[in-house]
Amino acid sequence: MSARERVAGQVANYVDERTGSAKWLKKTLTKVFPDHWSFMLGEIVLYSFIILLLSGTFLTFWFDPSMREVEYEGSYEPLSGLKMSAAYASTLHISFDVRGGLLMRQIHHWAALIFMAAMVAHLMRVFFTGAFRKPREFNWIIGVGLLTLGIVEGFLGYSLPDDLLSGTGIRIAEAIIQALPVVGSYLAYFIFGGAFPGEMFIQRIYVVHILLIPGIFLALITAHLMLVWYQKHTQYPGPGRTEKNVVGYPLMPVYMAKAGGFFFIVFGVTAFLGAFASINPLWLYGPYTPGQISAGSQPDWYMGWLDGLVRMAPPLETYWFGYTISWNILIPGLIIPGIIFTGMALYPFIESWMTGDKREHHLLDRPRNAPNRTALGAMSITFMLVALINGGNDLIATHFDLSINQIMWFTRIGIIVLPPLVFVITKRICLSLQRADRELVLHGRETGRLVMLPHGEFIEVHEPLSPQRAYLLTQHEQLPALEPVAADANGVRNPKGAKAKIQARLSRANQEQIAKPTPKEVLEIEDHH
Amino acid sequence: MSNEIAPLTDPGLPEHIHRKADVDPRAAKRAERQVGILFLLSVFGTLLFIYAYVGIDESIFIFLPIMGTTNAHQLFLGLGLAMSLFFIGMAAVHWAKTLMPDHEVIDHRKEQRSKDEDRSAFVATVKERAGEAGLGRRPFIKRTMGLALGLVGLSPILLLRDLGPLPENELNETNWKAGTRLVTDPGDRPLKPSDLEVGGVAQVQPEFPPGKERHLDDIAKDSVLLIRIRPEEFNLDPERLSWTYEGIIAFSKICSHMGCAVALYEQTTKHLLCPCHQSTFDVTRAAKVIFGPAARALPQLAITVDSEGYIVAKAPFNEAVGPSFWERDSK
Ligand code: HEM
Ligand code: FES
Repeated sequence: MSARERVAGQVANYVDERTGSAKWLKKTLTKVFPDHWSFMLGEIVLYSFIILLLSGTFLTFWFDPSMREVEYEGSYEPLSGLKMSAAYASTLHISFDVRGGLLMRQIHHWAALIFMAAMVAHLMRVFFTGAFRKPREFNWIIGVGLLTLGIVEGFLGYSLPDDLLSGTGIRIAEAIIQALPVVGSYLAYFIFGGAFPGEMFIQRIYVVHILLIPGIFLALITAHLMLVWYQKHTQYPGPGRTEKNVVGYPLMPVYMAKAGGFFFIVFGVTAFLGAFASINPLWLYGPYTPGQISAGSQPDWYMGWLDGLVRMAPPLETYWFGYTISWNILIPGLIIPGIIFTGMALYPFIESWMTGDKREHHLLDRPRNAPNRTALGAMSITFMLVALINGGNDLIATHFDLSINQIMWFTRIGIIVLPPLVFVITKRICLSLQRADRELVLHGRETGRLVMLPHGEFIEVHEPLSPQRAYLLTQHEQLPALEPVAADANGVRNPKGAKAKIQARLSRANQEQIAKPTPKEVLEIEDHH
Repeated sequence: MSNEIAPLTDPGLPEHIHRKADVDPRAAKRAERQVGILFLLSVFGTLLFIYAYVGIDESIFIFLPIMGTTNAHQLFLGLGLAMSLFFIGMAAVHWAKTLMPDHEVIDHRKEQRSKDEDRSAFVATVKERAGEAGLGRRPFIKRTMGLALGLVGLSPILLLRDLGPLPENELNETNWKAGTRLVTDPGDRPLKPSDLEVGGVAQVQPEFPPGKERHLDDIAKDSVLLIRIRPEEFNLDPERLSWTYEGIIAFSKICSHMGCAVALYEQTTKHLLCPCHQSTFDVTRAAKVIFGPAARALPQLAITVDSEGYIVAKAPFNEAVGPSFWERDSK
């Protein structure tokens, strides 16, 4: 036994005698993690959250969350002597008079963008592969919660420095609150401590930004990861991979080294962006005042789609019985996002109701083998993209020499027409990919080599697939559609008749598939050759 | 529910293919060296960081292609930090990929649900213990408990009451009164009609008595845009026309949509544009909305001149300025 092994043994012994966890720890260290690039998306989310905690804590050492008016005396000359809030002045101080301060600010902001982007990419991976299916519905819901909180957290962070741009964002948030029926103006007065902008808002959202939401994040992320751990990771289908096993690398040492190393890589890349790519140069915007605005006001991208929806809303406001309701704010600002996020959270249950499939799933779907789901995803992405494009309509207009009017009408019509169109196209593409898979299995790969038959005809040589590949292309299940049960054997009408009919209809749409080759068909073809 | 079509037989995990470093000691040695070099690059990054922190003055700017003029101190701090972190990561990953065992292992998975007997035992326990509490048999306790639990949540909500004052009538009010002079923002100078040429725009605030300070809350409501066009270009009803003075017309600068500053005035078209969501208002028709999500015209401030010839408000705004709210009188 080497000295090192002896030390390791002593440590293990020490820990076990105090916790009795030897068995659990041994299982843990040899726990198996499947390997795939798309499984790293969630890791990026986790790592950028840690980066946000570290860089954010650094910023708190100097940031002064106060709207008290001060005169700027720092080293950024153009703003010298200007009246501004202490929050803005301290952000300038961090940027110009704290060594590494600007770097940390930019790392913090870049990490926030990466955090949100990775979260969205991770969500798409989970959605398109069906990883949210039983037993992982809770984790899907936690994920939707994290996404929602992330948007709020990012918006609050963006609002903290109290520059002209962020103040404009707060103004818009205030207008949304104020537009709420019945309670709006009261709520706005409570949150802002009086009339907008008041003197309380920044110190209030500061606590929410650095304590409340990060705390909730920490709890939710912990629960999320514990569930992943406990339920074991899903895996992509393939030879040797079944619903009853997990194939991959053990936690110690390979996975630990890779995941740990990956944290440093993400941090390194974020630091590189912080060093080389300027972000939110808020000294150029000046302090916030409600009487001014900087042209081309843009929120961060994860808010951009909301802004785009607000921009394209029709100018609808009603005045009924002496009360005003701003539909132009409520519909794009609250109702549509509410529907989207609720629908997203409930999707696992909706899908299992549509398919009637209540079983556990640990093998992922190839997106083409779930055409309906894939089409639905593509449709939602299209909706978001059209909204996002409209969120940048002023920038696009100046860049591409279009009028804002043209873009607005394009997106107003596009947001209704394009998503269903994309749904249909995506579904067709999935089905043709299934057909291509079927052809591949039955007839092999085209080699491009031509041979001449004795009677002079040319044919292309097809190379049969390897058994591994053929298995991959045929391992998925194709469930039959549900039958509507209109009446039972005694002719009594099903009390859930209408609901069952809808369910059967949706199930039929969901189960639309190109029949995969049966073993018998494959055998016949093989004999034929 | 069964699978309609039987699957092909599973050929099982593909055979393990050895990496170079597994079979060739020289390749393994090379991989080891590479990992070491990556770690050394990280060390170099940390040294660069330290050097930049103490050795590069914050006033030095250098020119870089694409990025333009950049602060050297900040740039090398960032570069050093990025390298020191990135290469630790690269080293660890390279190490794992070339030298650590790459045999895939198989773990078994059992169904998530507990065994049936465990479940029924659990359900039975819950029922039994809940029964011991006897809620079902004591409806009085059940109801009073529901009442108490329902009400206890009120206290923390009530505690939040002092977060802010009640809005009262404030959202309908501004500092504009009949006779208030319009003063420039910035500058606080009163204006005469002759100060504004045709085609000109000025941002103004109500004049405050000496000693009264202007807060952001005031600016958020009082900001007004003064625009001068040729009087014959107006397309107004007689009442609104009487609110103008020699071609000068005044609107609230706070957008009727969500309260941004309506800052862009296009002289040729006489349109006011809000940069937030591009609502566009026609100045000649009392700031009627001609494009975008805003549902209401910008409130117009009636103006005239006082005995000394300065522009003053003829009356307060006749409607609430800024974004809508539930109680707003929008007749
Ligand atoms: C988890 C998600 C988080 C997100 C998405 C986020 C996002 C942001 C953003 C976009 C800004 C504006 C930065 C700028 O351009 O100046 C910001 C500012 C700030 N954040 Fe965060 N943040 C997060 C977590 C944290 C945490 C955990 C802390 C502290 C413990 C923190 C402390 C701060 C401080 C002090 C500022 C204002 C200082 C400044 O802007 O320079 N943040 N945040
Ligand atoms: S705030 Fe002016 S258009 Fe929305």
